[in-house]
Amino acid sequence: MAATSRFWKKCAGLFGSVFGGLLASGGAKAVDLPENKAEALYHLYNGGGVTAQGPALLVRKSLADKVSLSASTYVDAVSNASIDVVTTASPFKERRTAFDLGLDYVYRDASITLGLSNSKEPDYTARGFSIDVSQEVYGGMTTVTLGYTRSIDKVLKADSPEFEDEAKHWQYRLGITQVLTPRLLGSANLEVISDDGFLGSPYRVARVFGAAVPERNPRTRTSRALKLRVIGDLGNRNAARAEYRYFWDTWEIKAHTLELGYSRYAGENWLADGFVRFYSQGKALFYSDNALQETTYISRNRQLSAFKSFSLGGKLSYVYKKVPGQYEVKLNGAYERMHFDFSDFTDLRSGGAYKFDANVLQLYVSATF
Amino acid sequence: MMRSFWPALVAAPLLLSGCAIPRLPEPWVKPYERERLADPIMKFSRDALPDKHREHVLVVREGSRGATGVQGGGCGCN
Repeated sequence: MAATSRFWKKCAGLFGSVFGGLLASGGAKAVDLPENKAEALYHLYNGGGVTAQGPALLVRKSLADKVSLSASTYVDAVSNASIDVVTTASPFKERRTAFDLGLDYVYRDASITLGLSNSKEPDYTARGFSIDVSQEVYGGMTTVTLGYTRSIDKVLKADSPEFEDEAKHWQYRLGITQVLTPRLLGSANLEVISDDGFLGSPYRVARVFGAAVPERNPRTRTSRALKLRVIGDLGNRNAARAEYRYFWDTWEIKAHTLELGYSRYAGENWLADGFVRFYSQGKALFYSDNALQETTYISRNRQLSAFKSFSLGGKLSYVYKKVPGQYEVKLNGAYERMHFDFSDFTDLRSGGAYKFDANVLQLYVSATF
Repeated sequence: MMRSFWPALVAAPLLLSGCAIPRLPEPWVKPYERERLADPIMKFSRDALPDKHREHVLVVREGSRGATGVQGGGCGCN
């Protein structure tokens, strides 16, 4: 575990020295720094016996017109009585707190973003460092981005001080955003994520011949995801977007995600969004609802099972106050209804296939200044 | 699967640098024609925190992850 703390100190030192160096340097800019912004959010997820809610805050401010610094905090207060918990353990409550720091620097047609993240639960700590580089090319019609994130998690188990493990993650991102016409933008994003370490839950159990056994997951995983997006201006202050993502990994999970959205202004002060999302995934190689043979790896994590989900959502934004050239304050509300349908996960209470609905609510104030 | 993936990743920068495409057409959308694209309604992501929250809600419930366009990444969850 000393490696985790050494990694964190190294990242923080690098972050500090880069920040000092950039403030001392100058440079001509063709790409703008992100605008100064503050967001205050209340978020709620409720579904499948789980309620997670809490506040989140973000402040972003440029310094000396050279760098933009951002800081955010995010709290998740979780009350968990999910189907896993009620059928194999006891409901519990816990709290996750996350802090993020970011630094953006712009030089000519390029921008660099450095990030530090830290997330804590009583039995799980995650720390990470990220760098994203973005470059405009081809007369500003194409933006190419490259990103890398390195993170280390420390995994503990409540009431079992002898259990301690860790998981390491490497994320590599490549993205291209292309101006296609004066009214149409397209983008392609590819991300490869590799994991090494404890990749399951120390609490979750699998079923073998109907008996509960601790789950056994592989200690390595590599996944790839490719996402294609287009967004188009339909005229009369309307826009529509479409997104498709294909995901595949070394655990043999394959998933398709399709999302369609529509946005329109209403009057001077209102902006409305509506969207639908379709999701479908196949199961992991070692997933089984109830295994009928002994295998090296076995899991009954429904996140790794075959299921489909459907979401329908909407969002409203209202310009509360605007002083052109100085600041703008918006009030926002978003609601999404989700339905999950599992084809290979038995609800042990009823004996039928498990399904549930969930609600996601976001209420937030955003201000640019 | 890995064998089929890496050649594509290596080829991508070559294609982007123009090595493999001798004559790219002139950029056909001039900066002064991009007014509509600059409207907030044309952004893939308008507000960072709600996007991050939605990303977290999905990633802890689905087997898939990544390529969301949310910068930084990292789930920090179990």
